[in-house]
Amino acid sequence: MFEFLNGLVSGGVNWGDIGWATIDTLLMLGGALSLTLLLGLPLGIVLFLTSPKKLLSSPKTYASVSFAVNILRSLPFVILLIAMIPVTVLLTGTSLGVAGAIPPLVVGGTPFFARLVETALREVDHGIIEASQAMGASVKQIVTGALLPEALPGIIAAATVTAIALVSYTALSGVVGGGGLGDLAIRYGYQRFQLDVMFITIILLLILVQLLQTVGNRLVIHFSR
Amino acid sequence: MIHLKNVHKSYTVKDKVIPALNGIDLSIVRGEIFGVIGHSGAGKSTLIRLINLLERPTQGEITVDGEEILKYEPLALRNFRRNIGMIFQHFNLLNSKTVAENVAFPIRIAGERDAAKTDVRVDQMLELVGLSLHKHKYPKQLSGGEKQRVGIARALANQPKILLCDEATSALDPQTTCSILQLLREINEKLSLTIVLITHEMDVIRTICDRVAVIDGGKIVESGPVTQVFLHPKHPTTRNFVLEAEHADEDSLTQTLGQDGDAMVRRLTFMNDAMRQPVLTQIARECEVDFLIMSGRFGKIKSTPCGQLTVSVRGECGKAQEALRRLTGAGVVVEETF
Repeated sequence: MFEFLNGLVSGGVNWGDIGWATIDTLLMLGGALSLTLLLGLPLGIVLFLTSPKKLLSSPKTYASVSFAVNILRSLPFVILLIAMIPVTVLLTGTSLGVAGAIPPLVVGGTPFFARLVETALREVDHGIIEASQAMGASVKQIVTGALLPEALPGIIAAATVTAIALVSYTALSGVVGGGGLGDLAIRYGYQRFQLDVMFITIILLLILVQLLQTVGNRLVIHFSR
Repeated sequence: MIHLKNVHKSYTVKDKVIPALNGIDLSIVRGEIFGVIGHSGAGKSTLIRLINLLERPTQGEITVDGEEILKYEPLALRNFRRNIGMIFQHFNLLNSKTVAENVAFPIRIAGERDAAKTDVRVDQMLELVGLSLHKHKYPKQLSGGEKQRVGIARALANQPKILLCDEATSALDPQTTCSILQLLREINEKLSLTIVLITHEMDVIRTICDRVAVIDGGKIVESGPVTQVFLHPKHPTTRNFVLEAEHADEDSLTQTLGQDGDAMVRRLTFMNDAMRQPVLTQIARECEVDFLIMSGRFGKIKSTPCGQLTVSVRGECGKAQEALRRLTGAGVVVEETF
């Protein structure tokens, strides 16, 4: 135990590496999260609108989109990471580092977020949609003017859950050379038995998750009327 | 203004066809307050949603303001809906928006881009419903009655010709119901707005409606001016609604008291002049008969004072008949009881 603590303060740990790894993790998270939200929100809206008895109800569209989402969600993320390597290289020119990690993160996160958005939209009282229809609103006006504002707290909560899921995905992407804190934990902690490094990465990831959850909760409260 | 001709509506649930409306014929006149009363499941919610096509009939014709609305393309339908306001039992306000934003929503939907114009209109509407002070509050901060006032302001924001009320007072307490009905009556007169409302409460019909249709099992079983339907109900469903409203079990009371075999039991209905003259005592004195009053009710239907008495007429042979003839002559409606 003493040895372990001693290692932390007396230079056994490379703090520079940890700093870079933290920045990498934040970059991966930021890039992947913004793309996931950007792609997942419309996908979630499509899922909601085309589902049975909804505004643009279309069993075929719903079934096919839903099926695609289910396939991506049932794939373990590690498998997705490896299976996607050719596509990733095509998109970013590399399968390594921050750039190489973002495409699989987005592909893993988007269907997850889309489903949560669909659920959040379902929570909106049908009476509100009916009232908007009675006012002569178009589908676009109903979505932007009524559905999204009413579901906003739910969508923020969904984004929070997605962000935290992405944190754990970024850690996993270290397996195939994704960089970041996960990569550090595997290389130092697992392969070199440097438990202190592993300990620090865990603490840092914990702080990150805690921070995301707190900010998310604050925003949900702020937008709940 | 609104005509429904032989309208049918049925739902298909798991290959089973469930009829909701079976041949509705209805005409609503411009500027009137028309009520549809029925128990839950009678089809009244479906009926009111046919007028703005939130529900489409499976068969039949609907014309509003001379136009066959079933022929509308989606865009024309949206424009048409902007001219019809609707309020709901559970208000259906946007909880994420303030009172002012809720009222501005339909104005924006109708394509108004000018914020200043929208603001003026919102202020006018909030003043009309007496909520100017709550402009920047959120629906959660309002009482039920206030929420319905916002609903009314929102429904009227685009200056519609018709207002549809879907059980608008069913979620409110009696006192608030009264004030909302009062408001509906005011806007009906002030804006000469046609109002169609559905309810399961006869009191609502009696307080503000001009005409009423009673719906049961997807059919209109009785309709006419409220005074007519309320005072002389013919269909059993209508009679039940009237009895519920009176909290009186008139029939059984009459039976208990009317055991006396040779007495003539009659129901007398007073309206208009007959309400203002002391006809009953006058005729009793002149014809030398006596009236035993068995049950009765007096009050107003909308703004018409009226009353009904169930009496047993006692007098010498022939004099009772004479008294009843004279009552009829004085404008009292004399009916046999059942």
